[in-house]
Amino acid sequence: MHTVWILIIGSLVGVSCALVGCFLILRRLAMLGDAISHAVLPGIVIAFMLTASRNTLPMLAGAAAFGVLTTWLTNVLMRRGQLQSDAAIGVTFTWLFAVGVILVSAFTGHVDLDVDCVLHGEILFVPFDTWTVGGVDIGPRAFWILAGVTLANLLFIGLGYKELKLCAFDAALAAAMGFNVALWHYLLMGLVALTTVAAFESVGAILVVAMLIVPANAAYLLTDRLSVMLLLASLFGVLSAVGGYGLATLIDGSIAAAMAVFSGLIFLAAALLSPTHGALGYYLARRAHRASSHGSATPETP
Amino acid sequence: MDAWAPGWLEFFQFGSVNVRTVTLGCMVIGLSAGVLGCFAFLRRRSLLGDALAHAALPGVCVAFMLTGTRDPLIIMLGAVVACWLGAVSIDAITRYTRCKEESALGMVLSVFFGVGILLLTHIQHTGGAAQAGLERFLFGQAAAMRPHDLRVLSIASVLMLAATALGYRHFKLASFDPQFMEALNLPRRWASLAMATLLVLAVAIGLQAVGVVLMAAMLVTPAAAARYWTHHLSVMLALAGLFGAISGAIGAYISYLQAGMPTGPWMVVAVSVIFGGSVLFAPKQGLVARGLRTRRFRRRTAEENLLRTLYRLGEDHNDWEQGYAPAELIQYRPMDTAVLLRIMSRLERQGLVYEPEEGLFQLTGPGLERAARLTRLHRLWELYLTQKLHLPADHVHADAEEIEHILTPELEARLVASLEGAARDPHARAIPEDSDESAEADSKSFPGGNNGNPRQ
Repeated sequence: MHTVWILIIGSLVGVSCALVGCFLILRRLAMLGDAISHAVLPGIVIAFMLTASRNTLPMLAGAAAFGVLTTWLTNVLMRRGQLQSDAAIGVTFTWLFAVGVILVSAFTGHVDLDVDCVLHGEILFVPFDTWTVGGVDIGPRAFWILAGVTLANLLFIGLGYKELKLCAFDAALAAAMGFNVALWHYLLMGLVALTTVAAFESVGAILVVAMLIVPANAAYLLTDRLSVMLLLASLFGVLSAVGGYGLATLIDGSIAAAMAVFSGLIFLAAALLSPTHGALGYYLARRAHRASSHGSATPETP
Repeated sequence: MDAWAPGWLEFFQFGSVNVRTVTLGCMVIGLSAGVLGCFAFLRRRSLLGDALAHAALPGVCVAFMLTGTRDPLIIMLGAVVACWLGAVSIDAITRYTRCKEESALGMVLSVFFGVGILLLTHIQHTGGAAQAGLERFLFGQAAAMRPHDLRVLSIASVLMLAATALGYRHFKLASFDPQFMEALNLPRRWASLAMATLLVLAVAIGLQAVGVVLMAAMLVTPAAAARYWTHHLSVMLALAGLFGAISGAIGAYISYLQAGMPTGPWMVVAVSVIFGGSVLFAPKQGLVARGLRTRRFRRRTAEENLLRTLYRLGEDHNDWEQGYAPAELIQYRPMDTAVLLRIMSRLERQGLVYEPEEGLFQLTGPGLERAARLTRLHRLWELYLTQKLHLPADHVHADAEEIEHILTPELEARLVASLEGAARDPHARAIPEDSDESAEADSKSFPGGNNGNPRQ
């Protein structure tokens, strides 16, 4: 049963991250996702310290506050400080993450949180932390939280599909048509922060980046339709979780890290084998082109 | 607190070899990272350092697994190889797939880091006690630095800085204008490659004190901070190195005081504080300096506007030797009376306006001179816009309202030359004569400038 719970929780992490990840990479915000997932750490730690427990609501509030702080600071540095965007992001999130790590190190004896947890989570122990409602054990707390976040992501994408799609592919057109691009941007960032917090316990603050963008990029190489991309990315998220678990038991290491590695393998496979955008497809198309231009009188375009 | 006092004293006496080693080591690391980060910063690829630093982790683990030692040279070698693989992967992903560059950065960062963590946990689970201390490459643990480590670090750092000095001219060109470099037929690709290699080396050197996770900060933040102080690349490199070294010393100091504290985060916090100070207080580009400059300009503009309004009133009444009440001024230039009085008192202090009677304002001699010159610039510009750019006469006032505060004597001379001594503006008002000619006449006919204001 323990294994099943780990697989279920890992899959939920994979799906919820992959869903928002698709929009992140389409809007070319992959590194901003990285920055936010790092920068919410002090918020999570402060919530831990204040409540002395793993209550989800204070953690969410703390993370949300620092997510907003990150975007605000980056903006201030860019607008008022006239700093280029990459440096503004780099300075802001490393500073906040450093503060978070210092807090963890300073209070590591007092709260149930350590540096390892920050780095790669503790998905192995997550199933033991169960929720009891009215005396009945209803399963791991992380399961319910991640299920809720996955549902929230699905709902958000379902309700705002048209707007998100337009903002992702042509923000200028979306603005011209009267959509509030900034609002959708901040909603998406809020959802990234929410997903990061939910996944934090299971995969940690850094490896969550892999779950956010790697399956989404693999799916991006296989299709040109957003709906198919979302489906494929979710599938790859689940595959990463299952494959990662197998890999981790095989070589006896962190499950979360193995999930990241497995998602990397999936991306590699997609990059090599994708019929339309992969190396193999490219090679075949070029060979067909060569053969046709050498062999027959009517060359085709590949 | 008492227990701390001997601690920090001992630190500053540099009595023990250990303290010296750790402090110097951190400073060397901060210095080299700060200097080499500048080039990545200038090429707007600050986050590349982040990805490469994370990518070093599997190299560290593999080097340890293969040799079983934690010799800094071997670990650095492993880190360099892994960083290189990371850089090559980023390049390959952006070149051969349709994934965007920032996606490639993020994927290499997280997947390589995942491999590293997987190997690290594998070593932890299987290796027993021998592996103890490999985690310190995550967040840095300067306290574990030995004299041998310091020697390796220092030699590597000196070599890197020497290479930077040798390639300085090429790196400069490649950072600011790669197209031009290509046009000159200089080896742009080689310069790029050399810069990337040096960046990788800086990351590998820094691992021990800063750790892979926060190494990016030591590359970006000193460079970003230095940028606020100077426009010269050489000064920027020196400043970034200095900032890096200072934060290295601070990080070493704190991790010395508090055993078990990772050094990297404290170095990052120290350098971030330096950065924050630079953003706020750098002499020219700092927020405070810029804010003061804006304020001074706004105040001058408001003052000059009132001078010009007084001039207009005098013109309309054909009398500059009489005081005008705030109400009359406000008719010409709507504003709050309190604001107007505040500006007037500033003008009085400067000796440009005086009060012949309580509540009435009159231009002094120098005041009239200034006002006439401003009006002249305003009307010359209006005339220029209508005559040369053929704008309608009712569209030019707002533009002139802004330019009158900025026009220099040189531009004024060119305006006069191109307008060939025109005497009236598009609204048929006289353009006041050049202040040099009218200056003497003014001071004779307006005694207020000398008598009315004793402070002058």
